[in-house]
Amino acid sequence: MAKSKRSIPEINAGSMADIAFLLLIFFLITTTMANDQGILNILPPKIVGEPPVIKERNVLKILVNANDQILVEDKIYMNLDDLAEYTEKFIMNNGVDENLSVSPAAAVISLKNDRGTSYNAYIKVQNELRKAFNKLRNQLSQDRYGANFDALPESKQDKIIEALPQRISEAEPDNVGGDL
Amino acid sequence: MSKFKSRKGKEMPGISTASLPDIVFMLLFFFMTVTKMRSTEVMVKLKVPKASEVTKITDKKLVHYIYLGEPTDRLKATYGTGTRIQVNDAFILKSDIPAFIETERAKMPEYKKNQIITALKSDAKVKMGIISDIKKQLREANQLKLMYYTNKKTSKN
Repeated sequence: MAKSKRSIPEINAGSMADIAFLLLIFFLITTTMANDQGILNILPPKIVGEPPVIKERNVLKILVNANDQILVEDKIYMNLDDLAEYTEKFIMNNGVDENLSVSPAAAVISLKNDRGTSYNAYIKVQNELRKAFNKLRNQLSQDRYGANFDALPESKQDKIIEALPQRISEAEPDNVGGDL
Repeated sequence: MSKFKSRKGKEMPGISTASLPDIVFMLLFFFMTVTKMRSTEVMVKLKVPKASEVTKITDKKLVHYIYLGEPTDRLKATYGTGTRIQVNDAFILKSDIPAFIETERAKMPEYKKNQIITALKSDAKVKMGIISDIKKQLREANQLKLMYYTNKKTSKN
């Protein structure tokens, strides 16, 4: 009974690729790449006590109505493309123009919309405001530390934020345009 | 005498496919690791707006989603065409939002409870009225970190 010399037959691995392909295609289809991104917003806490009094000139009033039109300071109709530029001018006024802010640290942006304003228009306006702030913060970071804001360590970022706080306050919406 | 031998009868050598499984397996493992199974089925028509000044969220576990929009064509007959709020797998009312936040908070360990982020995935056509109401409810629940979920738009300059 000399069976010990018999070789074991090899397993055919030819179909391995097919099986792997099948699995691969399944995962390819079901995969959703991680891309959680958006405009981060910190809501104000529930109101306790009187709101602080802010000087008129330090407030940039922006109203987006139910037709998605933008009105600035109750008198200027503005295109979306001009909004970032105007905001920058308002923040970096440093007391020069008597209708604009006293200093970047004192500037407040008051954003008001209608219940009928579209979400798309609202996001676009928010985006423009943030664009203005990000640009100014980057400029200041470059001047002070020679690097962009995002590249700075946290302690330096805090100083920039202190000089250029991003204060966007949102008022209760009007209901001229109506819901839905 | 002829220098050139007739090629007739000779076959091209086949390309070895022995390493094909290895390559495919490599790809397979890549996709297996990056895949995150979609846990909820979105029941609203969703076309989120675009924005350029976005923040990326690195810790996915902190995020929970609120979907907002018109019910999909399949669900139109049952739920109508008005804007609906969806969380997890069901439509809810505005007034249910604080309870939803509370359940999300309960899932988190103690030290992370105040870091959770609400991501609002809303259709671009939704009116701000309902979004204001949702924001009010979130403030009611003391959930102040809100992210407007957007797609990336490359800025012009």
